[in-house]
Amino acid sequence: MQTFEFAQLAIVGPELLLAVGAMALLMLGVFIGETSTRIVTGLSVALLAIAGLWLIWDPASGSAFNGAVLMDPFALLMKILVIIGSAAAIAMSVNFAKEENFDRFEYPILVILATVGMLIMVSANDLITLYLGLEMQALALYVIAAINRDSLRSTEAGLKYFVLGALSSGMLLYGMSLIYGFTGHTNFAGIAEAMTAERSLGLVFGIVFVLAGIAFKISAVPFHMWTPDVYEGAPTPVTAFFSAAPKIAAMAMLVRVVYGAFEPAVADWQQIITFIAIASMGLGAFAAIGQTNIKRLMAYSSIANMGFALVGLAAGSQEGVSGVVLYMIIYMAMTLGTFACILAMRRTDGMVEDITDLSGLSRSNPMMALALTIFMFSLAGIPPLAGFWAKYFVFLAAIQSELYILSVIGVLASVVGAFYYIRIVKIMWFDDGEPAFVPMAGELKVVGTIAAVFTLFYVFVAGPLSTVATAAARTFF
Amino acid sequence: MGVAALFFYLFATICVASAFMVIASRNPVHSVLFLILCFFNAAGLFMLTGAEFLALILIVVYVGAVAVLFLFVVMMLDVDFAELRDGFLQYMPIGAVIGIILAVELILVLGGLSFDPEIAARAVQPIPDLAEVSNIQAIGDLLYTKYIFFFQLCGLILLVAMIGAIVLTLSHRPDVRRQNIADQVARDPNDVELRSVKPGEGI
Repeated sequence: MQTFEFAQLAIVGPELLLAVGAMALLMLGVFIGETSTRIVTGLSVALLAIAGLWLIWDPASGSAFNGAVLMDPFALLMKILVIIGSAAAIAMSVNFAKEENFDRFEYPILVILATVGMLIMVSANDLITLYLGLEMQALALYVIAAINRDSLRSTEAGLKYFVLGALSSGMLLYGMSLIYGFTGHTNFAGIAEAMTAERSLGLVFGIVFVLAGIAFKISAVPFHMWTPDVYEGAPTPVTAFFSAAPKIAAMAMLVRVVYGAFEPAVADWQQIITFIAIASMGLGAFAAIGQTNIKRLMAYSSIANMGFALVGLAAGSQEGVSGVVLYMIIYMAMTLGTFACILAMRRTDGMVEDITDLSGLSRSNPMMALALTIFMFSLAGIPPLAGFWAKYFVFLAAIQSELYILSVIGVLASVVGAFYYIRIVKIMWFDDGEPAFVPMAGELKVVGTIAAVFTLFYVFVAGPLSTVATAAARTFF
Repeated sequence: MGVAALFFYLFATICVASAFMVIASRNPVHSVLFLILCFFNAAGLFMLTGAEFLALILIVVYVGAVAVLFLFVVMMLDVDFAELRDGFLQYMPIGAVIGIILAVELILVLGGLSFDPEIAARAVQPIPDLAEVSNIQAIGDLLYTKYIFFFQLCGLILLVAMIGAIVLTLSHRPDVRRQNIADQVARDPNDVELRSVKPGEGI
């Protein structure tokens, strides 16, 4: 007979706060009615900020609920990142909601509930926790992909995401059932312990299926098919959200699964991760070249970026994990900044999404052109911007682990990728002008400026960030 | 081979056969009815293993609520199922490949004992003796203590699903006439005109 102790709740304090807060905001929204979007949005950002500050000032540590949930330095850092990503995504939707009649107070609430799911994913230490957190996040994401239900593209994106997501959940569950069947445990520590004995074929099958299911969530090749369509079809603030926080949570979950549960089978999963990394980098680099829609381009860019981050994971060393952590921090800053600029691509007659619409931006709005240029150069990996250091650390870790072929392919893919990022810069600065955009909304300016300053002056904060990332990575070694 | 084995094969055969009929029958209403038959037989299988609580829950929840809801949906929606089935042959090869992969997996799971004889020894949670605790107590002991976090999390997921369903379907259209219970209750019987309507003619 097990007993339940209330002290355990401190481990999941921020999750509880967000869940209860989301329910309270839901009541508020329902009672005030359709005009409540602004209030609920503001309060949602405040709620996320409180949860984030709670994590920073009073970080709990240890495990709870019989080892189902784990709170360690790695989880703490990733949780803070996820909360920042979600809060920024909600904030960036304010002006869009006003201009496009996107008056749905449920949107910020669903984002908060998705964030709760992501926080649980990040600190999952049990297959059941992992699955429940993942489903909670995914279910909320399916709905917000289709939230603009009068638009054919948005509903198509939601449906496509839902069907493929359900398929990947099925694969994940199959893998989990095999792992449970062959180890007798759902807890990561138990699985790792049972795995040190010689592995059976069924266990390897299980690992493959679990990794395939998670690869879908981080949109790594060959499970990337949904990404471009969902990115293009979903409303732009939703796309901005999709590209930041869920990717970080899924990557953190992947790191924890491979190091927490599958650590003894390192040779098995290393091959799979290496393959996925190479395929993602390659496809992300080449498929993005022909894109004309900037949201689709960002979808392929995120596929390629996940490939680069996986290079660090494939290294299988502490440097590799700290490289992944740094990569995700920098990726989030770059992608949120880029989407702040994409959300500002609005003329008097509505949003535009074509890359050619950016031509002449350097004359009509030099500050926005400058910010977007910083992000594009950073994504391309030009030193001394943040994106260069992100790639530098993961490739360094790969080379230290003697994965030379993987590193060379990665650098080549990065060169190909530089072509389409720099093409956008060329269109902005050297092509003749399209009509000017309407002035950028205040919250977009804030997010864009913070991200641009971070990206440009990354070298000044590189030291402390590396220390934090190394501390997080040490959790697993 | 006793009575229990006889019933096991009876329930199992009908279960598999009716599951096949769910996807094979042309009429969607028949599909749902076969699904109900399948649930009943699965409940019978649970009974045989001594899990009577699960057996009854299966019937109450799945037959009583879920399958009846399916039936409503199938009858209400005007979906041309024959048309949906048109592309069936086209996807047959890929379906067969997936089927073979799943079959291999099932063999792996079921044949796990011969692949790895030590599995049974590693099980972390032994099944409690049926003579000591009842079904409901055995489930409750786990669900509300060890798995309380998962249990609550499932509730939260259901909340997300509910919000999602409302967000995606509920619309406040002014031209739709809604039921106003206060108006109905406050109606004066003297204002109501009663007419006898002949069958098939209308007013």
